[in-house]
Amino acid sequence: MSQLFSKKNKEVFSNPLSLNNPITVQVLGICSALAVTAKLEPAIVMGLSVTVITAFSNVIISLLRKTIPNRIRIIVQLVVVAALVTIVSEILKAFAYDVSVQLSVYVGLIITNCILMGRLEAFAMQNAPWESFLDGLGNGLGYAKILFIIAFFREILGSGSIFNYNFVDALHLQEYGYLNNGLMILPPMALVVCGCIIWYQRSRNKDLQEK
Amino acid sequence: METNLLSLFVKSIFVDNMIFAYFLGMCSYLAVSKNVKTSLGLGIAVTFVLVVTVPVNFYLNQYLQANDLGFLSFILFIAVIAGIVQLVEMVVERFSPSLYASLGIFLPLIAVNCAIMGASLFMQQRVSTDITSAGAATVYGLGSGIGWLLAIVGLAAIREKMQFSDVPAPLKGLGITFITVGLMALAFMSFSGLKI
Repeated sequence: MSQLFSKKNKEVFSNPLSLNNPITVQVLGICSALAVTAKLEPAIVMGLSVTVITAFSNVIISLLRKTIPNRIRIIVQLVVVAALVTIVSEILKAFAYDVSVQLSVYVGLIITNCILMGRLEAFAMQNAPWESFLDGLGNGLGYAKILFIIAFFREILGSGSIFNYNFVDALHLQEYGYLNNGLMILPPMALVVCGCIIWYQRSRNKDLQEK
Repeated sequence: METNLLSLFVKSIFVDNMIFAYFLGMCSYLAVSKNVKTSLGLGIAVTFVLVVTVPVNFYLNQYLQANDLGFLSFILFIAVIAGIVQLVEMVVERFSPSLYASLGIFLPLIAVNCAIMGASLFMQQRVSTDITSAGAATVYGLGSGIGWLLAIVGLAAIREKMQFSDVPAPLKGLGITFITVGLMALAFMSFSGLKI
């Protein structure tokens, strides 16, 4: 048991959560991170889906890594990921239809999500299944964490609600002159909020700054 | 019919811009946009792949829907895209070795560019509304590619000039790029009511 959670494995899991975060440091998976974060609910569903898919595709490719011929490895990776995404997409359509409509094409776009291909190439092809699972889990959760933060600010400031509970209406804040910042729900602010998160992370962590 | 295609073309460049409205293709966008010349080359390659893959996926989608095999569309779309990118790579290597050398790793990476897959998925969603023929699908692919090209060349030009600006250290590089793209997206929102 101590082998499974050795110090090295713990690092493999915890690095992507902050120091080697897929979005703010590795610059992967930006597309869907910006598009689905207008509200918290789709952001969390997307984060969980990507975590599950990254973890399991890492395990599958890691199990197959010695048998894949080099010339077709991208195609094999794409097929494995596409199959997993199809399964997750059908599950979402069956059990969480409203959210799957909000996510629309971005569920399908998990196939081309750079985090998946990036981790498959950089880690799963060279490491054992358990480590690959931890790496996939860590990167997925790091991605979900950033999605949560962006969606948190955008939903509170943009629609005055949390998880669709509209507290601005409930507390009658309009009577005090408070208006929701409609710009927050629109695409440009997602980019600016993400830029600010990167700014904050880099000012706390000097070695991430570029020369 | 002609005004419909022209309107679709203009809409897909400015209003439904792949980068500024839907954030597709951001990863390679951020990585390559440091230099105007490489951005132009990549933009043209992406446009070409889009013009070829969207109509092919249109026909494939028609066949799948007719046979109730819609759930296979993800796997088959990405397989078509990977195959066509491989073909494009071989053609470019044969006819223009210098372009092949300057694009380097980014040519095969176009296969996993979200913009390419995204255009096919959006086309699939819009089959019943405005993308009703293979011609419309081609126009949509061309417009999306040109919109992406405009965005990447624009950002590369700004980043080249920003190298001489006094950006605070934590914002340098990635942070200021995000904020710049956000401001560009804000500017492109002014096209949102465009009607031809």
